[in-house]
Amino acid sequence: MSITLIPIVRKEFRQIRRDKRILGVLLFIPALMLLMFGYALNFDVKHTSLAVYDEDMSRTSREFARQFWNSEFFDLKYYLKSKGEINSLLDGEKVRIVLVIPSTFSKDLARGQQANVQVLVDGANSFSAATIIAYVNSIVQQYSLNVLATAIQRSSGGVTVPIDFQPRVWYNPELLSARYLVPGLIAFILMIVAVVSTSLSVVRERELGTMEQMMVSPIRPLEMILGKTIPYMVISLLASASILAVGYLLFDVEIQGSLLLLFVVTFIFLLGSLGLGLLISTVAETQQVAFMIAAVSTMLPTFILSGFVFPIRNMPIVIQAITYLIPARYFLVALRSIILKGVGVSAFWDQFLFLVLYAALTIGASSYRLRKLLY
Amino acid sequence: MKTILHIVRKEFLQFKQDRKMFAISFVAPVFQLLILGYAANLDVSDIPVVVCDMDHSRSGRDFVTRFTSTGYFRVVDYVDRLQDIDHYIDDGHASMALVIPHGFQKDLGAGRPSPVQLIADGSETTSGGIGLGYASVITSRFSQNIILESLSRRGVSALPPRVNAEFRVWYNPELKSRNFMVPGVLGLLLMVMTTILTSLAIVKEKELGTLEQLIVTPIRPRQLIIGKIAPFMLIGIVDVVLVVGVATFFFDLPLKGGFWLLFALCLIFLMTTLGLGLFVSTVSRTQQQAMMTAIFFIMMPMIFFSGFVFPIENMPRIIQYVSYAIPLRYFFVIVRGLFLKGVGIATLWPQAVALLVFGIAILSLSVLRFRKRLA
Repeated sequence: MSITLIPIVRKEFRQIRRDKRILGVLLFIPALMLLMFGYALNFDVKHTSLAVYDEDMSRTSREFARQFWNSEFFDLKYYLKSKGEINSLLDGEKVRIVLVIPSTFSKDLARGQQANVQVLVDGANSFSAATIIAYVNSIVQQYSLNVLATAIQRSSGGVTVPIDFQPRVWYNPELLSARYLVPGLIAFILMIVAVVSTSLSVVRERELGTMEQMMVSPIRPLEMILGKTIPYMVISLLASASILAVGYLLFDVEIQGSLLLLFVVTFIFLLGSLGLGLLISTVAETQQVAFMIAAVSTMLPTFILSGFVFPIRNMPIVIQAITYLIPARYFLVALRSIILKGVGVSAFWDQFLFLVLYAALTIGASSYRLRKLLY
Repeated sequence: MKTILHIVRKEFLQFKQDRKMFAISFVAPVFQLLILGYAANLDVSDIPVVVCDMDHSRSGRDFVTRFTSTGYFRVVDYVDRLQDIDHYIDDGHASMALVIPHGFQKDLGAGRPSPVQLIADGSETTSGGIGLGYASVITSRFSQNIILESLSRRGVSALPPRVNAEFRVWYNPELKSRNFMVPGVLGLLLMVMTTILTSLAIVKEKELGTLEQLIVTPIRPRQLIIGKIAPFMLIGIVDVVLVVGVATFFFDLPLKGGFWLLFALCLIFLMTTLGLGLFVSTVSRTQQQAMMTAIFFIMMPMIFFSGFVFPIENMPRIIQYVSYAIPLRYFFVIVRGLFLKGVGIATLWPQAVALLVFGIAILSLSVLRFRKRLA
């Protein structure tokens, strides 16, 4: 088998070398993508633009409003004089949130009654809005707890806040979104690179008429598949190494777990994805169709269904079932486990099995399709 | 004009012959919008929590109920020992752990602060930060209630002051992330489909050698470009009608801004993406090059820099400037404005003008490139 394999591998390598642009794209683009996207992708909601409309204009109300812009979450942009300005500020996206303090605010507090404040939030981006609401709630809650505690201290002596709340975040103490997005980006980029690099390989030979030469030579389908996979595997592994280096150097994403395990998992995932590309290449009759299938079946599904950005457990059951068809889903769990948590294969053996199954299926199916094409 | 029609006819004939391409162009957008529209969901709910209750008291259970009754948290299991938490979080079966210490009830009764620990998995997407915010609000409300209770037991009748925030959420009152995401997925799909269609249009003829035949005919570059783009424009229009139909009838998104305005702005958007594809086609030598250029330099930046999920305000300054060159950025403001806010052309004209300028520029650039190549 190896005697016929080597010439094919050599031929593919030569072809890749000749097209410098493609070699450059495959080798360097992954790291460049991580560099650009890693800085751009960010879920942290900070410095939200805020407008305050203070009808009360008392010392208490100013003190209360100050709690907002003293935090890093809000930046005071406007101090409004009239209610009429609120609409245009929200419509024109000048501010995301408006705090309205009613004229009775300080009086209510002094009388020991509940004081209501109004918070207007731009809810178009529901995720940011939910985060903003959570911040507002905790500022308001903190303020009222403090008011309560001082009031009691004055009237009836000492009181302590009953629950000493101690939040702790594992694996990513500062909750940096770069840290959990980088493994996802790596999975996404490698998926696209691997599928793209092989999805035209067979159909191109068919379209340009060089397939006939293959048919008359004594090549077996599996040999041809491997011959077409090996060069791209080498390139993709190099690209993976560079992408991890960028992740470590620029985004402080250290690999906590075993490097060998990471290599094995990446290898199997790449094998499956290169196989998927080959399968597309044997199914399509023209390069255009291969391009369409590859782009439509990998780009948006991998982005949205892999758990990279959108948590899978939030999805309806039917959609959750569909996510099992997305190979990056398994790779992503494995990557997060190895890179961020530093756990061994025992924590994600099921994902590992799915990856092996995926590789076996795509390589097997593409050899089968190729046999039909060759004979 | 007649020559243009001939080219259009030829392209249509080719398109009709290729049944797979036909199917992908019309079926894929509908199915993808259905699946991805349901999947793209950032609502934070049902965060899986493992509870380590070392106190086994009524107060402890009461405290846990405060968490579950909000709908944000779901208890997956109870454990007795602190070290049992580890594998729940390592394996990803729970993303938070709540630890109620021994003597919780006794401490609360005696007015001593009781340390409650909350451990969050920071490697998990998005829910970590919001979950912590919710948890701290729930905890301080619980504290406040305990203080108030102990006061009323001591006979303090007048309730001490506290502040309550009333929220008004604009544009998306239920804070459903679907209302924000479905228009976004719609824009992404249109972008991917139309860019694919034209990015091989010219390079295909180049690689297969049929471009020479076109060159010797008295067709002018402008005519050829228009003839190439017109059929795809038509396909794009059908896709627009299909996806807008799915969004309104399936996802119940009210099209507040009017159908015809949306339709007209979609046409302008199609001009930019078809133009970008065509431009890729004129600068590439092989179809493989065109595919890689389209995917890595057009589609990926569009997905990440357009503000689909990652807010542009959070990106570094340089990338914010880059995003002005991304047509999808303007289109997102348009579709979200029309679907969510119901604003009209009076608010959206800057985006419409930006798209129009971009479309005309990229199409003329393609014609220029093509003419230079011919000469």
